[in-house]
Amino acid sequence: MVCESWKAKVDTYVDGEVPEEEIASLDSHVRNCSSCSADALSCVQLKRAIQVAGKRFTPSVEFRKRMHRRMAPKPRRSFRLGWILAAAAAVVLVAGSLTSTYLGNRSGTDQIFSEIADLHVATLASSSPVDVISTDRHTVKPWFQGRIAFAFNLPELQNSEFSLLGGRMTYLEQTPGAHLIYDVRKHHISVFMFQERSLPARLSDSALQQGKLSFNMETWSQGGLRYFVIGDASVADIDRLAKLFKTAS
Amino acid sequence: MDVSGANLQLDSFEELATPLFDQLYNFAHWLTQNRDEAEDLVQETYVKALKGFSSFQLGTNFRAWIYRILRNTFLTSRKGRKVTMTVPLDLDEEEESPEPAIERDTPETLLLARSSHELMQKALDELPVHFREILLLCEVEEMSYQEISETLSVPIGTVMSRLSRARQTLRNQLRPQVHQEAGQRIDRGTNHGL
Repeated sequence: MVCESWKAKVDTYVDGEVPEEEIASLDSHVRNCSSCSADALSCVQLKRAIQVAGKRFTPSVEFRKRMHRRMAPKPRRSFRLGWILAAAAAVVLVAGSLTSTYLGNRSGTDQIFSEIADLHVATLASSSPVDVISTDRHTVKPWFQGRIAFAFNLPELQNSEFSLLGGRMTYLEQTPGAHLIYDVRKHHISVFMFQERSLPARLSDSALQQGKLSFNMETWSQGGLRYFVIGDASVADIDRLAKLFKTAS
Repeated sequence: MDVSGANLQLDSFEELATPLFDQLYNFAHWLTQNRDEAEDLVQETYVKALKGFSSFQLGTNFRAWIYRILRNTFLTSRKGRKVTMTVPLDLDEEEESPEPAIERDTPETLLLARSSHELMQKALDELPVHFREILLLCEVEEMSYQEISETLSVPIGTVMSRLSRARQTLRNQLRPQVHQEAGQRIDRGTNHGL
Protein backbone atom coordinates (compact mmCIF):
# COMPACT_ATOMS: atom_id res chain seq x y z
CA MET A 1 0.00 0.00 0.00
CA VAL A 2 1.19 3.49 -0.84
CA CYS A 3 1.68 5.70 2.24
CA GLU A 4 -0.29 8.58 0.72
CA SER A 5 -3.30 6.35 0.42
CA TRP A 6 -2.90 5.31 4.07
CA LYS A 7 -2.44 8.86 5.29
CA ALA A 8 -5.79 9.86 3.83
CA LYS A 9 -7.41 7.13 5.91
CA VAL A 10 -5.56 7.43 9.18
CA ASP A 11 -8.36 9.30 10.98
CA THR A 12 -10.96 6.82 9.81
CA TYR A 13 -8.67 3.96 10.81
CA VAL A 14 -8.13 5.13 14.39
CA ASP A 15 -11.84 5.94 14.67
CA GLY A 16 -12.56 2.29 13.83
CA GLU A 17 -14.60 3.32 10.80
CA VAL A 18 -12.73 1.78 7.86
CA PRO A 19 -14.68 -0.82 5.88
CA GLU A 20 -14.12 -4.34 7.14
CA GLU A 21 -12.50 -5.51 3.91
CA GLU A 22 -9.75 -2.86 4.25
CA ILE A 23 -8.85 -3.45 7.88
CA ALA A 24 -6.41 -6.33 7.29
CA SER A 25 -4.37 -4.46 4.68
CA LEU A 26 -4.27 -1.29 6.78
CA ASP A 27 -3.22 -3.27 9.86
CA SER A 28 -0.47 -4.91 7.89
CA HIS A 29 0.72 -1.59 6.47
CA VAL A 30 0.85 0.20 9.79
CA ARG A 31 2.88 -2.63 11.33
CA ASN A 32 5.50 -2.38 8.61
CA CYS A 33 5.75 1.38 8.07
CA SER A 34 7.34 3.42 10.84
CA SER A 35 6.12 6.74 9.44
CA CYS A 36 2.52 5.59 9.26
CA SER A 37 2.60 3.91 12.66
CA ALA A 38 3.84 7.25 14.08
CA ASP A 39 0.88 8.92 12.38
CA ALA A 40 -1.53 6.45 13.90
CA LEU A 41 0.07 6.87 17.32
CA SER A 42 -0.21 10.64 17.03
CA CYS A 43 -3.90 10.34 16.17
CA VAL A 44 -4.61 7.97 19.03
CA GLN A 45 -2.82 10.28 21.47
CA LEU A 46 -4.87 13.23 20.30
CA LYS A 47 -8.09 11.22 20.63
CA ARG A 48 -7.17 10.16 24.14
CA ALA A 49 -6.22 13.68 25.20
CA ILE A 50 -9.54 15.06 23.90
CA GLN A 51 -11.43 12.25 25.59
CA VAL A 52 -9.88 12.97 28.98
CA ALA A 53 -10.13 16.76 28.68
CA GLY A 54 -13.66 16.56 27.28
CA LYS A 55 -15.11 14.89 30.36
CA ARG A 56 -14.98 18.15 32.19
CA PHE A 57 -18.36 19.25 33.50
CA THR A 58 -20.66 17.55 35.95
CA PRO A 59 -24.15 18.68 36.93
CA SER A 60 -24.49 20.25 40.36
CA VAL A 61 -26.23 18.31 43.14
CA GLU A 62 -29.06 20.87 43.18
CA PHE A 63 -29.65 20.57 39.46
CA ARG A 64 -29.55 16.78 39.62
CA LYS A 65 -32.15 16.81 42.41
CA ARG A 66 -34.32 19.30 40.56
CA MET A 67 -34.30 17.18 37.41
CA HIS A 68 -34.87 14.01 39.37
CA ARG A 69 -37.95 15.51 41.01
CA ARG A 70 -39.19 16.60 37.62
CA MET A 71 -38.59 13.22 36.03
CA ALA A 72 -39.73 11.12 38.98
CA PRO A 73 -42.53 8.73 38.03
CA LYS A 74 -45.98 9.31 39.44
CA PRO A 75 -47.01 6.81 42.16
CA ARG A 76 -48.11 3.55 40.61
CA ARG A 77 -51.66 2.34 40.89
CA SER A 78 -52.31 -1.18 42.13
CA PHE A 79 -52.79 -4.08 39.73
CA ARG A 80 -56.46 -4.32 40.64
CA LEU A 81 -56.98 -0.62 40.19
CA GLY A 82 -55.29 -0.98 36.85
CA TRP A 83 -57.98 -3.44 35.71
CA ILE A 84 -60.71 -1.12 36.95
CA LEU A 85 -59.10 1.71 35.02
CA ALA A 86 -58.78 -0.51 31.95
CA ALA A 87 -62.50 -1.35 32.16
CA ALA A 88 -63.30 2.31 32.62
CA ALA A 89 -61.09 3.15 29.67
CA ALA A 90 -63.04 0.65 27.52
CA VAL A 91 -66.29 2.37 28.47
CA VAL A 92 -64.75 5.73 27.67
CA LEU A 93 -63.57 4.38 24.30
CA VAL A 94 -67.11 3.32 23.34
CA ALA A 95 -68.53 6.62 24.48
CA GLY A 96 -65.64 8.38 22.85
CA SER A 97 -66.44 7.02 19.40
CA LEU A 98 -69.64 9.12 19.49
CA THR A 99 -67.80 12.33 20.22
CA SER A 100 -64.39 11.67 18.75
CA THR A 101 -64.23 14.87 16.70
CA TYR A 102 -65.07 17.00 19.68
CA LEU A 103 -62.61 15.19 21.93
CA GLY A 104 -59.89 15.34 19.29
CA ASN A 105 -60.17 19.09 19.07
CA ARG A 106 -60.38 19.36 22.82
CA SER A 107 -57.26 17.29 23.32
CA GLY A 108 -55.31 19.40 20.81
CA THR A 109 -56.51 22.54 22.54
CA ASP A 110 -55.55 21.25 25.98
CA GLN A 111 -52.10 20.32 24.68
CA ILE A 112 -51.56 23.80 23.32
CA PHE A 113 -52.70 25.41 26.57
CA SER A 114 -50.40 23.09 28.47
CA GLU A 115 -47.47 23.97 26.19
CA ILE A 116 -48.15 27.67 26.61
CA ALA A 117 -48.02 27.18 30.39
CA ASP A 118 -44.74 25.24 30.03
CA LEU A 119 -43.23 27.98 27.86
CA HIS A 120 -44.24 30.61 30.40
CA VAL A 121 -42.74 28.68 33.35
CA ALA A 122 -39.59 27.55 31.54
CA THR A 123 -38.89 31.11 30.39
CA LEU A 124 -39.31 32.64 33.82
CA ALA A 125 -37.12 29.91 35.32
CA SER A 126 -34.40 30.63 32.80
CA SER A 127 -31.36 32.69 33.76
CA SER A 128 -31.92 34.83 30.66
CA PRO A 129 -35.69 35.01 30.15
CA VAL A 130 -35.63 37.67 27.45
CA ASP A 131 -33.44 38.23 24.40
CA VAL A 132 -34.33 41.89 24.06
CA ILE A 133 -34.39 43.70 27.38
CA SER A 134 -36.28 46.96 27.23
CA THR A 135 -39.31 48.65 28.70
CA ASP A 136 -39.74 50.59 25.48
CA ARG A 137 -42.17 49.05 23.02
CA HIS A 138 -40.45 50.98 20.21
CA THR A 139 -37.28 49.03 20.98
CA VAL A 140 -38.86 45.65 21.56
CA LYS A 141 -41.16 45.57 18.53
CA PRO A 142 -38.46 46.30 15.88
CA TRP A 143 -36.27 43.58 17.42
CA PHE A 144 -38.66 40.96 16.01
CA GLN A 145 -38.28 42.27 12.45
CA GLY A 146 -36.75 39.54 10.30
CA ARG A 147 -37.09 37.01 13.09
CA ILE A 148 -40.76 36.19 12.69
CA ALA A 149 -42.96 36.28 9.60
CA PHE A 150 -45.60 38.65 10.93
CA ALA A 151 -45.95 42.09 12.47
CA PHE A 152 -47.89 43.10 15.57
CA ASN A 153 -48.65 46.14 17.65
CA LEU A 154 -47.76 46.60 21.29
CA PRO A 155 -50.03 48.61 23.55
CA GLU A 156 -49.22 51.96 25.09
CA LEU A 157 -48.76 51.32 28.82
CA GLN A 158 -48.74 54.86 30.15
CA ASN A 159 -51.31 55.29 32.90
CA SER A 160 -51.50 51.53 33.38
CA GLU A 161 -50.00 49.32 36.07
CA PHE A 162 -48.23 47.15 33.52
CA SER A 163 -44.63 47.47 32.48
CA LEU A 164 -42.84 45.76 29.62
CA LEU A 165 -39.73 43.75 30.59
CA GLY A 166 -38.68 42.52 27.16
CA GLY A 167 -39.23 39.87 24.55
CA ARG A 168 -37.88 36.73 22.97
CA MET A 169 -38.48 34.36 20.10
CA THR A 170 -40.43 31.26 20.92
CA TYR A 171 -41.78 28.14 19.26
CA LEU A 172 -45.12 26.40 19.71
CA GLU A 173 -45.52 23.11 17.86
CA GLN A 174 -42.64 24.14 15.55
CA THR A 175 -44.36 27.48 14.85
CA PRO A 176 -42.23 30.57 15.52
CA GLY A 177 -43.83 33.35 17.50
CA ALA A 178 -43.24 36.36 19.72
CA HIS A 179 -43.10 36.09 23.50
CA LEU A 180 -43.33 39.28 25.57
CA ILE A 181 -43.05 39.51 29.31
CA TYR A 182 -44.90 42.11 31.36
CA ASP A 183 -44.82 42.92 35.02
CA VAL A 184 -47.72 43.93 37.21
CA ARG A 185 -47.28 44.27 40.98
CA LYS A 186 -44.36 41.80 40.95
CA HIS A 187 -46.36 39.24 38.92
CA HIS A 188 -44.95 38.30 35.53
CA ILE A 189 -47.35 37.86 32.66
CA SER A 190 -46.42 36.33 29.32
CA VAL A 191 -48.03 37.39 26.08
CA PHE A 192 -47.55 35.01 23.15
CA MET A 193 -48.41 35.72 19.54
CA PHE A 194 -48.48 33.19 16.70
CA GLN A 195 -49.93 33.09 13.21
CA GLU A 196 -53.32 31.47 13.67
CA ARG A 197 -53.09 29.45 10.43
CA SER A 198 -49.78 27.87 11.51
CA LEU A 199 -51.17 26.36 14.69
CA PRO A 200 -52.23 22.72 14.47
CA ALA A 201 -55.43 23.00 16.50
CA ARG A 202 -58.38 25.32 15.99
CA LEU A 203 -58.82 27.27 19.17
CA SER A 204 -61.78 29.23 20.35
CA ASP A 205 -61.50 32.50 22.23
CA SER A 206 -61.62 31.76 25.94
CA ALA A 207 -60.48 32.64 29.41
CA LEU A 208 -59.21 29.88 31.68
CA GLN A 209 -58.95 30.33 35.40
CA GLN A 210 -56.62 28.84 37.96
CA GLY A 211 -57.30 25.23 38.86
CA LYS A 212 -57.03 23.82 35.40
CA LEU A 213 -53.62 25.22 34.48
CA SER A 214 -52.46 26.73 37.78
CA PHE A 215 -52.38 29.99 35.83
CA ASN A 216 -54.94 32.40 34.55
CA MET A 217 -55.02 32.61 30.81
CA GLU A 218 -56.88 34.36 28.07
CA THR A 219 -56.66 33.60 24.37
CA TRP A 220 -58.22 35.18 21.31
CA SER A 221 -57.69 35.58 17.61
CA GLN A 222 -57.35 38.96 15.96
CA GLY A 223 -56.00 40.02 12.59
CA GLY A 224 -54.80 36.51 11.75
CA LEU A 225 -52.81 36.22 14.97
CA ARG A 226 -53.55 34.01 17.96
CA TYR A 227 -52.82 35.71 21.28
CA PHE A 228 -52.25 34.05 24.63
CA VAL A 229 -51.94 36.04 27.86
CA ILE A 230 -50.90 33.88 30.79
CA GLY A 231 -49.61 34.38 34.32
CA ASP A 232 -50.25 33.92 38.00
CA ALA A 233 -51.68 37.44 38.24
CA SER A 234 -55.40 37.86 38.92
CA VAL A 235 -58.05 37.20 36.29
CA ALA A 236 -58.75 40.93 36.25
CA ASP A 237 -55.09 41.78 35.52
CA ILE A 238 -54.89 39.20 32.74
CA ASP A 239 -58.08 40.57 31.26
CA ARG A 240 -56.86 44.17 31.51
CA LEU A 241 -53.62 43.37 29.67
CA ALA A 242 -55.56 41.38 27.06
CA LYS A 243 -57.86 44.36 26.49
CA LEU A 244 -54.85 46.66 26.00
CA PHE A 245 -53.58 44.31 23.30
CA LYS A 246 -57.00 44.04 21.68
CA THR A 247 -57.21 47.82 21.51
CA ALA A 248 -53.68 48.19 20.13
CA SER A 249 -54.13 45.58 17.37
CA MET B 1 -53.40 7.44 25.34
CA ASP B 2 -54.66 5.43 28.32
CA VAL B 3 -53.07 5.51 31.78
CA SER B 4 -51.05 2.30 31.41
CA GLY B 5 -49.83 3.40 27.97
CA ALA B 6 -48.74 6.75 29.34
CA ASN B 7 -46.91 5.08 32.23
CA LEU B 8 -45.24 2.63 29.88
CA GLN B 9 -44.11 5.52 27.73
CA LEU B 10 -42.79 7.43 30.73
CA ASP B 11 -40.99 4.28 31.93
CA SER B 12 -39.39 3.78 28.53
CA PHE B 13 -38.35 7.41 28.36
CA GLU B 14 -36.83 7.33 31.83
CA GLU B 15 -35.01 4.11 31.08
CA LEU B 16 -33.44 5.60 27.98
CA ALA B 17 -32.93 9.20 29.08
CA THR B 18 -31.77 8.96 32.70
CA PRO B 19 -28.38 7.29 31.98
CA LEU B 20 -27.56 10.09 29.54
CA PHE B 21 -28.09 12.90 32.02
CA ASP B 22 -24.45 13.51 32.98
CA GLN B 23 -23.23 13.22 29.41
CA LEU B 24 -25.91 15.55 28.09
CA TYR B 25 -25.02 18.07 30.77
CA ASN B 26 -21.30 17.87 29.91
CA PHE B 27 -22.09 18.38 26.21
CA ALA B 28 -24.49 21.25 27.01
CA HIS B 29 -21.87 22.96 29.17
CA TRP B 30 -19.28 22.69 26.41
CA LEU B 31 -21.74 24.24 23.96
CA THR B 32 -22.98 27.05 26.18
CA GLN B 33 -19.77 27.52 28.21
CA ASN B 34 -21.94 28.57 31.13
CA ARG B 35 -23.40 26.54 34.01
CA ASP B 36 -26.81 28.26 34.21
CA GLU B 37 -27.31 28.14 30.48
CA ALA B 38 -26.25 24.48 30.38
CA GLU B 39 -28.84 23.65 33.05
CA ASP B 40 -31.54 25.51 31.14
CA LEU B 41 -30.52 23.72 27.96
CA VAL B 42 -30.61 20.26 29.52
CA GLN B 43 -33.94 20.97 31.20
CA GLU B 44 -35.50 22.22 27.98
CA THR B 45 -34.08 19.22 26.11
CA TYR B 46 -35.70 16.78 28.52
CA VAL B 47 -39.04 18.60 28.37
CA LYS B 48 -38.99 18.59 24.56
CA ALA B 49 -37.81 14.99 24.36
CA LEU B 50 -40.52 13.80 26.73
CA LYS B 51 -43.18 15.68 24.80
CA GLY B 52 -41.97 14.34 21.48
CA PHE B 53 -41.25 10.84 22.75
CA SER B 54 -44.42 9.46 21.13
CA SER B 55 -42.85 10.27 17.76
CA PHE B 56 -39.61 8.45 18.67
CA GLN B 57 -39.48 4.94 17.26
CA LEU B 58 -38.34 2.48 19.91
CA GLY B 59 -35.42 0.44 18.65
CA THR B 60 -33.90 3.36 16.73
CA ASN B 61 -31.05 5.45 18.06
CA PHE B 62 -32.32 7.30 21.14
CA ARG B 63 -28.93 8.81 21.96
CA ALA B 64 -28.58 10.48 18.56
CA TRP B 65 -32.22 11.60 18.81
CA ILE B 66 -31.90 13.33 22.18
CA TYR B 67 -28.50 14.85 21.34
CA ARG B 68 -30.08 16.25 18.18
CA ILE B 69 -32.84 17.83 20.28
CA LEU B 70 -30.26 19.33 22.63
CA ARG B 71 -28.18 20.70 19.77
CA ASN B 72 -31.18 22.14 17.91
CA THR B 73 -32.40 23.72 21.14
CA PHE B 74 -28.98 25.27 21.61
CA LEU B 75 -28.87 26.55 18.04
CA THR B 76 -32.22 28.33 18.47
CA SER B 77 -31.13 29.90 21.77
CA ARG B 78 -29.71 33.40 21.94
CA LYS B 79 -26.14 32.16 22.35
CA GLY B 80 -26.61 29.48 19.69
CA ARG B 81 -27.82 32.01 17.16
CA LYS B 82 -24.87 34.23 17.96
CA VAL B 83 -22.48 31.33 17.55
CA THR B 84 -23.93 30.22 14.22
CA MET B 85 -23.60 33.76 12.94
CA THR B 86 -19.85 33.51 13.49
CA VAL B 87 -19.45 30.22 11.59
CA PRO B 88 -17.36 30.83 8.46
CA LEU B 89 -19.56 31.35 5.42
CA ASP B 90 -17.52 28.93 3.36
CA LEU B 91 -18.02 26.07 5.82
CA ASP B 92 -20.33 24.11 3.52
CA GLU B 93 -18.11 24.68 0.52
CA GLU B 94 -15.15 23.40 2.44
CA GLU B 95 -17.09 20.30 3.36
CA GLU B 96 -17.50 19.33 -0.28
CA SER B 97 -13.93 18.05 -0.50
CA PRO B 98 -12.20 15.86 2.06
CA GLU B 99 -9.25 17.30 3.94
CA PRO B 100 -5.90 16.26 2.48
CA ALA B 101 -3.66 14.03 4.57
CA ILE B 102 -1.80 15.88 7.28
CA GLU B 103 1.85 15.70 8.14
CA ARG B 104 2.31 14.92 11.79
CA ASP B 105 5.25 15.92 13.86
CA THR B 106 5.83 12.95 16.12
CA PRO B 107 8.05 14.55 18.80
CA GLU B 108 5.57 17.40 19.10
CA THR B 109 2.73 14.96 19.45
CA LEU B 110 4.53 13.07 22.16
CA LEU B 111 4.97 16.32 24.00
CA LEU B 112 1.32 17.13 23.41
CA ALA B 113 0.30 13.88 25.02
CA ARG B 114 2.13 14.84 28.18
CA SER B 115 0.78 18.36 28.33
CA SER B 116 -1.84 19.26 30.86
CA HIS B 117 -5.58 18.82 30.59
CA GLU B 118 -5.92 22.56 31.01
CA LEU B 119 -4.00 23.13 27.80
CA MET B 120 -6.34 20.83 25.89
CA GLN B 121 -9.46 22.21 27.59
CA LYS B 122 -8.42 25.74 26.70
CA ALA B 123 -7.80 24.73 23.09
CA LEU B 124 -11.22 23.02 22.93
CA ASP B 125 -12.84 26.08 24.47
CA GLU B 126 -11.36 28.25 21.76
CA LEU B 127 -12.44 26.02 18.89
CA PRO B 128 -15.41 27.16 16.77
CA VAL B 129 -18.51 25.43 18.10
CA HIS B 130 -19.04 23.25 14.98
CA PHE B 131 -15.54 21.79 15.47
CA ARG B 132 -15.87 21.52 19.25
CA GLU B 133 -19.18 19.66 19.11
CA ILE B 134 -18.05 17.11 16.53
CA LEU B 135 -14.86 16.31 18.45
CA LEU B 136 -16.83 15.85 21.66
CA LEU B 137 -19.39 13.60 19.98
CA CYS B 138 -16.63 11.49 18.45
CA GLU B 139 -14.09 11.29 21.29
CA VAL B 140 -16.04 11.86 24.50
CA GLU B 141 -19.40 10.37 23.54
CA GLU B 142 -17.65 7.80 21.35
CA MET B 143 -20.36 8.06 18.74
CA SER B 144 -19.96 6.31 15.41
CA TYR B 145 -19.87 8.38 12.23
CA GLN B 146 -23.44 7.23 11.59
CA GLU B 147 -24.62 8.48 15.00
CA ILE B 148 -22.82 11.79 14.54
CA SER B 149 -24.39 12.11 11.12
CA GLU B 150 -27.86 11.60 12.67
CA THR B 151 -27.14 13.98 15.54
CA LEU B 152 -25.85 16.80 13.37
CA SER B 153 -28.19 16.03 10.45
CA VAL B 154 -25.32 16.02 7.96
CA PRO B 155 -24.05 13.30 5.55
CA ILE B 156 -21.31 10.92 6.72
CA GLY B 157 -18.87 12.46 4.21
CA THR B 158 -19.36 15.78 5.95
CA VAL B 159 -18.78 14.15 9.33
CA MET B 160 -15.44 12.78 8.09
CA SER B 161 -14.21 16.01 6.55
CA ARG B 162 -15.40 18.17 9.46
CA LEU B 163 -13.72 15.85 11.97
CA SER B 164 -10.51 15.97 10.00
CA ARG B 165 -10.54 19.77 9.90
CA ALA B 166 -11.50 19.99 13.57
CA ARG B 167 -8.47 17.88 14.51
CA GLN B 168 -6.19 19.90 12.30
CA THR B 169 -7.47 23.17 13.77
CA LEU B 170 -6.99 21.82 17.27
CA ARG B 171 -3.42 20.83 16.48
CA ASN B 172 -2.75 24.27 15.03
CA GLN B 173 -4.09 25.88 18.19
CA LEU B 174 -2.06 23.60 20.42
CA ARG B 175 1.21 23.92 18.53
CA PRO B 176 2.32 27.35 19.83
CA GLN B 177 1.33 26.45 23.38
CA VAL B 178 3.20 23.16 23.14
CA HIS B 179 6.30 24.94 21.85
CA GLN B 180 6.02 27.46 24.67
CA GLU B 181 5.76 24.65 27.20
CA ALA B 182 8.75 22.91 25.64
CA GLY B 183 10.74 26.14 25.92
CA GLN B 184 9.84 26.48 29.57
CA ARG B 185 10.90 22.90 30.23
CA ILE B 186 14.25 23.52 28.58
CA ASP B 187 14.69 26.71 30.63
CA ARG B 188 13.83 24.89 33.83
CA GLY B 189 16.30 22.14 32.91
CA THR B 190 19.04 24.69 32.25
CA ASN B 191 18.40 26.52 35.48
CA HIS B 192 18.34 23.25 37.34
CA GLY B 193 21.72 22.38 35.83
CA LEU B 194 23.20 25.65 36.99
